[in-house]
Amino acid sequence: MFERIGHSATAQVRFTFNGETVIGNAGDSLAAALLAAGHKVFRDTPTTAAPRGPFCMMGSCFDCLVVVDGETVQACQTPAQVGLVVTSPPVPRAQP
Amino acid sequence: MTRPDLIVIGAGPAGMAGATMAAQQGMSVLVLDEQPAPGGQIFRNLGASSTQQRQMLGPDYTAGQMLLDGLAAAPLTLISGAVVWDVDQERTVTYSKDGKAYRVKANYLLLSTGAMERPVPLPGWTLPGVMTAGAAQILMKTSGLLAKDAVLAGSGPLLYLVAVQMLRAGTPPKALVETQTPANYRAVLHHAGGALRGWKALAKGARMLRELRRASAPRYTAARDLAITGDTAASGLRFTAKGQVHHLECATVLLHQGVVPNTQITRALRLDHQWHAGQRCFHPVLSPWGQSSHSQIYVAGDGAAIAGAKAAEHAGQCAAADILRCAGRITAAQRDTLAASAKRNLAGEQALRPFLDALYAPPAAILRPPDAVTVCRCEEVSAGDIRAYARLGCKGPSQTKAFGRAGMGPCQGRTCGLTVTEVLAQATGLSPQDTGYFKIRAPLKPVTLGEVAALHSPAPQQPEGQDP
Amino acid sequence: METEFAIIGGGIVGLSLAYGLLRRGKTVCVLDEGDGAFRASRGNFGLVWVQSKGLHQPAYAQWTRASARAYRGFSDEIKTISGSPLNLQQDGGYIIHMSEDSLDADRKLYEGLRSRLGGDYPFEVMGHNALKTEEPNIGPKVAGALYCKEDGHVNPLRLLRGLTVAVRHLGGTLRTGHKVTDITPQGAEFSITAEDAAPITAKKVVLAAGLGAMSLGPKLGFKAPIRPQQGQIIITEKLPKLMNRPNVEVRQVDEGGIQIGASSAEVGLNDREDVATIAGLAAHAVDMFPKLARAKMLRSWAALRIMSPDGLPIYQRSARHPGAYFVTCHSGITLAAAHAGVLGDWLTDAAEQPDVSAFGEDRFDV
Repeated sequence: MFERIGHSATAQVRFTFNGETVIGNAGDSLAAALLAAGHKVFRDTPTTAAPRGPFCMMGSCFDCLVVVDGETVQACQTPAQVGLVVTSPPVPRAQP
Repeated sequence: MTRPDLIVIGAGPAGMAGATMAAQQGMSVLVLDEQPAPGGQIFRNLGASSTQQRQMLGPDYTAGQMLLDGLAAAPLTLISGAVVWDVDQERTVTYSKDGKAYRVKANYLLLSTGAMERPVPLPGWTLPGVMTAGAAQILMKTSGLLAKDAVLAGSGPLLYLVAVQMLRAGTPPKALVETQTPANYRAVLHHAGGALRGWKALAKGARMLRELRRASAPRYTAARDLAITGDTAASGLRFTAKGQVHHLECATVLLHQGVVPNTQITRALRLDHQWHAGQRCFHPVLSPWGQSSHSQIYVAGDGAAIAGAKAAEHAGQCAAADILRCAGRITAAQRDTLAASAKRNLAGEQALRPFLDALYAPPAAILRPPDAVTVCRCEEVSAGDIRAYARLGCKGPSQTKAFGRAGMGPCQGRTCGLTVTEVLAQATGLSPQDTGYFKIRAPLKPVTLGEVAALHSPAPQQPEGQDP
Repeated sequence: METEFAIIGGGIVGLSLAYGLLRRGKTVCVLDEGDGAFRASRGNFGLVWVQSKGLHQPAYAQWTRASARAYRGFSDEIKTISGSPLNLQQDGGYIIHMSEDSLDADRKLYEGLRSRLGGDYPFEVMGHNALKTEEPNIGPKVAGALYCKEDGHVNPLRLLRGLTVAVRHLGGTLRTGHKVTDITPQGAEFSITAEDAAPITAKKVVLAAGLGAMSLGPKLGFKAPIRPQQGQIIITEKLPKLMNRPNVEVRQVDEGGIQIGASSAEVGLNDREDVATIAGLAAHAVDMFPKLARAKMLRSWAALRIMSPDGLPIYQRSARHPGAYFVTCHSGITLAAAHAGVLGDWLTDAAEQPDVSAFGEDRFDV
């Protein structure tokens, strides 16, 4: 669980994640805003549908992948912006 | 921008210092940086940080202001938010920004892409709620977010630093679980060379530990058999310390085992690399000035070898000075003068490293985890899978990649590369050097096909009629 | 060490041959080099492909079709032994055309081959609308496609691993990490020398070393007129179903990624991908399937095809050293079933043998 210090003066940013409204602070990455809002699981893996959330927060692990505007992006490298529609990436059909 | 003399990739301490010096000496310099603002991970968001964040993060963080100021004052071009996804032999750099790809070529490249945290493969490390200590620190720097009731586990100076920063912010960690053993402390006695500075660093660590103790944060040492518990998310950390099995309930576990160079670009360029037994990672082979096996490509900072932010700053200046010499702008003697203090200070910082490497050496069970542990997070390949491929005859990571997809996911092997090399080397009996590393290919970061396609300039097609 | 058969090369071709010989009860040792070797077996496109093969050489068209027909059984065997399916799909494939002219030109070539084969050559011409019914995600610039029901694709890396497991399971010796440096005929046998390893004596030796045959071939009396030809390939992130059947230049692999290929360039032993080539592949793929514009490219790579002067396989027994055979092709995936199957009859002097006379290297003597 994460809690925020200070930053009360910062403007708020409202977007949706899998249909649910999320309110972050201006300057947050999507990952930071989602974590602050209590979202831990960002996606399920395409291989075994295992749940995943952010791990490295610096753009190297690619575990925080989400879809914005039809494109898979790293939530930790994508600024939270007003009105974004963010979803978990679809899980392709499992293979034997 | 017309063809610059120098492209610097990464605006951390090495890149900022190197770019600033080269620009001050008259070179046209383009700095490409992935983050929204310069600073690298160490000084991330420093320029926009609040007073409260600066207090929490302390003087090691605010020390970066001089570098930021220097960069801002230097006559150079900085492009933030630029994701470099290809660098080729002819020194053409391809990057994307805001959904569009660009190509730019320079006479010289300075690669200052820094470090990444060493992967910490242990049971349950892929569960949501498990992050790196560095990730927690980035959340403090960028968003003022603090992990509550988190357990910090592992080894290395950053573990203490993050703990103290959390403490200063009023949310101390629930516990500190250290994997260092008495053997680590005995090992440092062999490193007399960097001992004085080493003991100073140790004393700094001890001060931080006293601070933590006063806050009565429980501390466990020589912990082993670490495992994250939980089904769909982390619910606790189990480990053995002093012969006793502990289980700490917590929703957030912050792991750390030091940092390693991010060698994606130097690998993609197929520059020479050498295994470093002390740091348990590969380093690009460099001259004392940072020149790689490609004479017009330099590497500086933690991307070259782990030595910390101060060393990175000095190394960036040394590289810039030698690039100026190589370009014929200054003589070797002028270079030596220009970089005299940087060179001296760099040597001092580097002397400390063997001490810290030995003190915070990652445990064998992390470097070469048991069979059941996931090694490749992207493709979900276990250490046991890698060992099975070794038994089938695989001698190196390229073969295990083909057999089991480890390293084929979106992270391009960043997270599993070193573990695959270590596990394979152990299984085959070859050295890590002879085992080698993944062959890194473009793109260095995923990029949309639309962006790539936009770079296409129609040219005469291949003759048809050939078999596919 | 002594063995009946030594196979030089542990790629798909060498392992397929080894598998077929082991099934015939032979003792087999496969000799393979290390991690850094050029390996077409891990760089290829994974097609089990019939159409457009052998347009000017009906024997090759039939050889390819025979392999494609044998593939299901072969794939099932490997799955049974290795415990891992190869995810073979053989319900047809396309060659997409972006212009009516090129579609028509190829149709005529196919018809020519069909008449040379007495009418036995299955293909259909599909216009844009017909193709769109089958592949709803094609773009407006697509003119149509040639469809062949015998085309398909397989997971080539699973094939490589499955064959490796199968060869070991059947008692074959697989020695990796030691590059073969010399092969010396000694009487009716062969002595094989490799880096940092004990020599091996074999009654028969099969050179299936890919580009390695360029240097090893002449030691056994082969001309080995082959050259590297570079091809570059792209793979995207894993996506939900976007295409139903493979196309010769783009296919959705079993794991979900979209694979896009392939360029061809005569650049020697150079396996570096380059942005200009990749951009061309990407642009063409987006033209064919516009939805791909938003897909993330995860990786690209270059690999080296092993090309003979006419692009067809070479199956040659040495005139000077009759125990030595040379096998090479750039369609090792498609031909794996033939190599594991009937080609073994040729290698073992069986009573009934396939006719491989069209694939001797003397065809290049002019």
